[in-house]
Amino acid sequence: MAMLEVSNIHTYYGNIHALKGVSIEVNEGEIVTLIGANGAGKTTTLRTICGLLKPREGHVKLNGEDLINYPAHELVYKGIAMVPEGRGVFGKLTVEENLEMGAYSRNDKSTLESDKDRIFTLFLRLKERRKQVAGTLSGGEQQMLATGRAMMARPKLLLMDEPSMGLAPILVDSIFETIKLINKEGTTILLVEQNALMALSIANRGYVLQTGQIVLTDKADVLSKNPTVQKAYLGID
Amino acid sequence: MAVETLSKTKAPSAVPATMDFNWKTAGRIGFIGGILAVLVSVIGMVETFDGRDIIGGVISMGQTVVVALIFATAFMAADRSSKTSPLFHILGGGLSGLISAVMLALFVWVSQLVNLREIFVNVSPSLIAILTFDKELPAELSAAVIQLLLTGLVLGVVAGVLRAAPIKIRNIIFSGMLWVVAIGLLGELIRTLVTGRAIEDQVAWVLGGRLEKGLSVNGAVSIFIFASLLSFISQTFGARIGKEVQTRRAALPATTQRILNGVILLVVFLVLWQLPQYLGLYLSDVANTVGLYILMGLGLNIVVGFAGLLDLGYVAFFAIGAYVMGVATSSAVGDGRGQILFSLNWTFWEALPLAILVALFAGILLGIPVLKMRGDYLAIVTLGFGEIIRIMALSDYLKPNIGGAQGIVGIQPIILAGQNLSNPISLFHVVLIACVIVGFVAWRLRDSRVGRAWKAIREDEDVAAAMGINLVSTKLLAFGAGAAFSGLAGAIFASKLTSIQPGSFSFIVSINILALIIIGGMGSIPGVLVGALALVALPELLREFAEFRLLVYGVVLVMMMLYKPEGLLPEETHKAELHEDENIPAESHA
Ligand SMILES: Nc1ncnc2c1ncn2[C@@H]1O[C@H](COP(=O)(O)OP(=O)(O)OP(=O)(O)O)[C@@H](O)[C@H]1O
Ligand SMILES: [Mg+2]
Repeated sequence: MAMLEVSNIHTYYGNIHALKGVSIEVNEGEIVTLIGANGAGKTTTLRTICGLLKPREGHVKLNGEDLINYPAHELVYKGIAMVPEGRGVFGKLTVEENLEMGAYSRNDKSTLESDKDRIFTLFLRLKERRKQVAGTLSGGEQQMLATGRAMMARPKLLLMDEPSMGLAPILVDSIFETIKLINKEGTTILLVEQNALMALSIANRGYVLQTGQIVLTDKADVLSKNPTVQKAYLGID
Repeated sequence: MAVETLSKTKAPSAVPATMDFNWKTAGRIGFIGGILAVLVSVIGMVETFDGRDIIGGVISMGQTVVVALIFATAFMAADRSSKTSPLFHILGGGLSGLISAVMLALFVWVSQLVNLREIFVNVSPSLIAILTFDKELPAELSAAVIQLLLTGLVLGVVAGVLRAAPIKIRNIIFSGMLWVVAIGLLGELIRTLVTGRAIEDQVAWVLGGRLEKGLSVNGAVSIFIFASLLSFISQTFGARIGKEVQTRRAALPATTQRILNGVILLVVFLVLWQLPQYLGLYLSDVANTVGLYILMGLGLNIVVGFAGLLDLGYVAFFAIGAYVMGVATSSAVGDGRGQILFSLNWTFWEALPLAILVALFAGILLGIPVLKMRGDYLAIVTLGFGEIIRIMALSDYLKPNIGGAQGIVGIQPIILAGQNLSNPISLFHVVLIACVIVGFVAWRLRDSRVGRAWKAIREDEDVAAAMGINLVSTKLLAFGAGAAFSGLAGAIFASKLTSIQPGSFSFIVSINILALIIIGGMGSIPGVLVGALALVALPELLREFAEFRLLVYGVVLVMMMLYKPEGLLPEETHKAELHEDENIPAESHA
């Protein structure tokens, strides 16, 4: 049984039918990537999985348990954490306070310090800036902070929405290295990306989303050789 | 001095040092200053404020307003009229001051030609007399105009000279002037405090005798010198001493620090406890009003400051607390025709928990329908809620229960161990204890888990939910806690007056509380105290302000938003955010 099973979800914004029967599976220990053009519905899929949007049809199951009836804030306690699109750090709080906020669901002070230290070893830049207000961090630092904050919840499944957005290539490399590391340490990852090449290079499997529907799915290396994918998302003719 | 001016300029080399006199700007600012001076005269401020002397027989508060306006605009003109040359600063200031004075002179002249009073009722002969140095008009009109223009010019030149002077000297002189004005304004208060005490004579030397108004001249001079000296010392050594104290304190072990803080708080508390003896009845009553506003401010600060939920109907909970207290303890809840419909006749202490609980539930009840609303929508709905409660209190339908427009009379005073505590002096102690308790609760809440949750939803609700924060319970708790504090204030308010009318619970109370939070600093607990002192105590002590309260509020709020948007005593992180542009270069230099 897959860890995360998204089966046939239909999500609407008012009358707009944004997801038209999306099904995704993520197995424990995997990195799975969801790629697609702007407006394809990637963010909508993630928001539906973590309960911020309710689908009209379909199911989201974590280890066999249906999540549809849980409110968003309870899913953290089930082991799902999210790195939102555009980072979504708490701009007026310091780096450290942001990280502590990430551990809100755990509510145990004893491991807080060691967990923070772990994040600081993953992202050295954050350590130097622990007292800085998050809103004044650079885009890349904010991305690190958002990722670190999600990790503070010690999730089993990490949902990441375009972590490479707006970052310089060198930073993109390092963010993807970190994603691989986090995965190796035992966190399953569902990664939404525009940067399909990079995403497929670290992922085990991939899904291609087009206007609210999954049009292709395969092993990542197979997918990156697929002519349609190459043409549409990798810029290779 | 040259270095000083240069370092202030962004690109000194780009502007030829000799040719940058920007007389148009100076003239325009002087013109605005003149218009403002005429405006405060026409709306009656100058004349109303003339009753209070800053320095007895020398300058009144009314004249101070005009002088301050001309001076401040001239200073601004001096600043903007040149980037480099001290001479141009002085010229610009002088020009601005002169133009402001010309506007005032024109106003005086026109008032002699036509009867402005038909349109502007405040343009009375006594106003003109204030503006013309009590000259005999129209005979001495030209002499008055010349003196007016000269005064404007001198004021402007002095402002220009100050602008050209090094910043340190400028600060010293400004703080001297500010203190003279501040102590002059509060002279009456200080005089009341010392009347009949050992130091009365010494104070009289500075402030003038009991029957006089304003500071004495030697008093003004000595205050100026003393304040300037203090400012000099604090500028020269203040930073170092402050740092020293801070590092020494940080070096102490945590428990010692905590004990030290505790001792400081205890001393402050004991001093406050003794205060009403010195304040007397009237001032104690003012202090009690301030205390009630502090209670409400602490409550609204939870809702608006901590949780970021803009509530404009906050007075509703104050009203609910007061009405519950009224209904439960009144000896006669009437229908307005002298008929007693019912009386529960509870005591204050029996009714108090009920008042707080009902307010708390009302807060939660209001919270439920507005859970999904944010920002402006929330503000409008809560505003409506405040009005609904007030109109219900006024309504005929509820009149048999809560008295309609007549309100409730015969509310029990606060009685403890046979002692009536509803007189201003004893009530002060009740209010003080309430403030300490509520302040403590607010402080603990802020640093608690739910306090962190409030912070998170203030920043971003969706992300907060993704962190595992239950938006529903977190928001309702904010509404409930805020409402409970306000209910407590309302209950004390009802027992203080022993009668209540719906008129006491108007929209403006909500605005006052919100304004005091903004001025103190959103989300800052000490800020609430400062805000309440500034917005409740000051207008009460300077009764002349009453008429212009809203105008002054408006001006103060606009100034705050422009120059100190984080408030007077801000929360640390908020300050950092709003002044990031100033902080970052400073850091990188260090
Ligand atoms: N709040 C909303 N109200 C209405 N329509 C929305 C809303 N949010 C998204 N949509 C629409 O739903 C569709 C899918 O949006 P979504 O944000 O999921 O795209 P995406 O794949 O994440 O795109 P991108 O790569 O640009 O982030 C788009 O057509 C978008 O316009
Ligand atoms: Mg998106």
